[in-house]
Amino acid sequence: MTSGEAMRQQQEFSAPVINGVSITHKPQRSDKAKIVPDPLVKVEHLSLFYGAKQALQDIEMNIPRKKVTAFIGPSGCGKSTLLRCFNRLNDLVDGCRIEGNISINDKSIFDADVDITDLRKKVGMVFQKSNPFPKSIYENVAYGARIAGINKKSVLDELVEKNLKRAALWDEVSDRLNDSAMGLSGGQQQRLCIARAIAVEPDVLLMDEPCSALDPIATAKIEDLVTELKDRFTIVIVTHNMQQASRVSDYTAFMYIGDIVEFDTTEKIFLNPAKKHTEDYVSGKFG
Amino acid sequence: MPKLWKPGDAYIWISGLALMLTLAMIGGLLFLIATKGLGSMWPVDIGRYKLTDGSVYLGQFQGRELVRGAEGIRSESDFRVKLKIGNRDLYGLDFKWVDEADIASLDYPNNAVILERREWGNYHGYLKEIRKNGEIVSGADPEAFSVLKSVIHDANKIHDEILKIEKGEIGDINYGIEKQRLKLRGLSMRGENNSAKEAEFRLKIEEYEALYKVSEAKLEKLYTELNRNEVVMSSAAGEEKVMPLGKIVMAFRPNYMGFVEKAGFYVERFWGFISDDPREANTEGGIFPAIFGTILMVFIMSIVVMPFGVIAALYLREYAKQGLMVRIVRICVNNLAGVPSIVFGVFGVGFFLYGVGGIIDSVFFKEALPSPTFGTGGILWASLTLALLTLPVVIVATEEGLASVPRNIREGSLALGATKFETTWKVVIPSALPAILTGLILAIARATGEVAPLMITGVVKLAPDLPIDGHFPFLHLERKFMHLGFHIYDLGFQSPNSEAAKPMVFMTAFLLILIVVILNITAIIIRNRLRKKYATSAV
Repeated sequence: MTSGEAMRQQQEFSAPVINGVSITHKPQRSDKAKIVPDPLVKVEHLSLFYGAKQALQDIEMNIPRKKVTAFIGPSGCGKSTLLRCFNRLNDLVDGCRIEGNISINDKSIFDADVDITDLRKKVGMVFQKSNPFPKSIYENVAYGARIAGINKKSVLDELVEKNLKRAALWDEVSDRLNDSAMGLSGGQQQRLCIARAIAVEPDVLLMDEPCSALDPIATAKIEDLVTELKDRFTIVIVTHNMQQASRVSDYTAFMYIGDIVEFDTTEKIFLNPAKKHTEDYVSGKFG
Repeated sequence: MPKLWKPGDAYIWISGLALMLTLAMIGGLLFLIATKGLGSMWPVDIGRYKLTDGSVYLGQFQGRELVRGAEGIRSESDFRVKLKIGNRDLYGLDFKWVDEADIASLDYPNNAVILERREWGNYHGYLKEIRKNGEIVSGADPEAFSVLKSVIHDANKIHDEILKIEKGEIGDINYGIEKQRLKLRGLSMRGENNSAKEAEFRLKIEEYEALYKVSEAKLEKLYTELNRNEVVMSSAAGEEKVMPLGKIVMAFRPNYMGFVEKAGFYVERFWGFISDDPREANTEGGIFPAIFGTILMVFIMSIVVMPFGVIAALYLREYAKQGLMVRIVRICVNNLAGVPSIVFGVFGVGFFLYGVGGIIDSVFFKEALPSPTFGTGGILWASLTLALLTLPVVIVATEEGLASVPRNIREGSLALGATKFETTWKVVIPSALPAILTGLILAIARATGEVAPLMITGVVKLAPDLPIDGHFPFLHLERKFMHLGFHIYDLGFQSPNSEAAKPMVFMTAFLLILIVVILNITAIIIRNRLRKKYATSAV
């Protein structure tokens, strides 16, 4: 679908505005979404505009529960933008407008009664560049709990240990929990950010190119971690690295210029893609 | 030539040169102030100068300068020396210029004594005799000087006791009487006719007055004791002078002292300088009240300016919608930093003293009117004026600090379900803290050196009491205070005896710089600690 088409479609519907974000409901258009048996997150007719520029075009997809879903595609295709819709981090961007709907557990995240901080507790995020707070390792992991008003030391101690272990970082830092998180290596910092995110016990964990700044060994550690964590969390990962997508994900979406070209099981996308465009990209002919 | 410019070597040399020039200027300034100030306390040997006209002086060498032009060969007759001859009561001046050609002979008699007095500056002369109750207890024998020292020591003890009574006991009594008087006044002002209360207050006043009589009697006794003992000195020319011991602070014989002794004396004197009250229109004694006033003022200013500056910057940077209005506000803040400080002083007088102070007086201190309590200059108003003056510095520095906190750290916090306020409070401010402290350092440096606005908002030449004492509420923010910067101005330009005050000017300037440096170093150490703790390094 071209962008002109999207513009025309969007004019056909009057958009109700909720929380400053206008939302349009449209009838089911394609069957892209149907391949997922037990979806946790449903994206319906999602379009996103930065001012006059359209960044996402009528996205339609379902994200499976407790599986790893990867978004691949060339730079600027809107992978990160789509990811940041799930925890409404795009609300911070001036002039950003969203149409369509996203629902998690059949509850729209754009509803007026949704508390945005609750949403973000349910949808954790790990960023491209590791961003530990300038605090101790302990305080970084305990941050979410402290925000939630938990200040009891025994509870926090347990929480910190549990999540550092889940993030496979405990053995490396257990003897220096009170040191600054800034002293950790890049890979450790990124795992600390993962520990910090899962300490809030989210349903969904968004990962925005979590390994792009890391060396291969640190990358392998994070990939192992992702595989372990999918028993517990629904993970959405954006990546530039196609090998990574094929290694860690169960489902893969190939995006191009703000649209999802193809979304299917990872196996199908990489071995037997339905579209020529996808095949060209995953085989390295362009991108 | 183009080859020289291309690699930029020339630029590097030029900037290096500029840096060296700046360092040399700073170093030169510090060196000048330090040597002139610190040197003035050294006990210089006292020489007996016999002049060709027959007159004799006991003087300390202070300096030498060329009189005539530089043509031809210079000889002794071309120079003159500056002597500190003391004995202002005899000669009228402490200092004397003598042409070297006029000096017939010069020697350093071991028995020359310098007395530091509470009035009339130093006395240079020889010890003749010591009298206790009019009886001569010691003559000019070799032991006499140690006797003199011990009697001066005793006299100083009595003097301290007198001070304690005058400042402590009598101060308390005056404070009490004033309180009762104000209560009485309040009664009559409210038109209450409560004779029981009135009688109670009057009774209390009478009690205080009885106490005062007791203290006064004690004082009188001490004073007679103090002045009962006398020392008789003779000047270089042989003139006798009888001085009561109460008027003498200390005695020393520089020619008799070895280097170690002199060094010890120097330390003692230096300590006295920074810990004592000033004497003789500030030209002698210490400068403790000025040091205290300066530091207290900077503290109060910091306590006021920090929250205001940080909150203003937080709003401007984090919450306000960035647009024309915020830009205008920002430009205004920057312009405020360029307003001459005296303008802030005038504002302080108009707004704080007359405005706020006047209202406080008319509401809380009605009884004391028409004499103002807060409606006049005081350390609080001076500090607030300086806080206004330094506010732009803190705002600008804080804003820059906030702007440099990476966006992804904020997003990290928000993505964990923190509200914007929690993010600002727990993540952004700690990250920006080093920059905020940099703002404070700049503010302190500016405030400590400021004099003009203080002169009209609360600084005085001589404050009778420190702003902190034993009376409730202990910190008296309405009191006037002394300040090192003003002290320099006062000594250098307002002193009746400016030649004698010159070393004090240098010493005070030296101390002022020292305090600025100490305050700054403290803040810098704190900042570096925080920087280590909250380092926001990328990966």
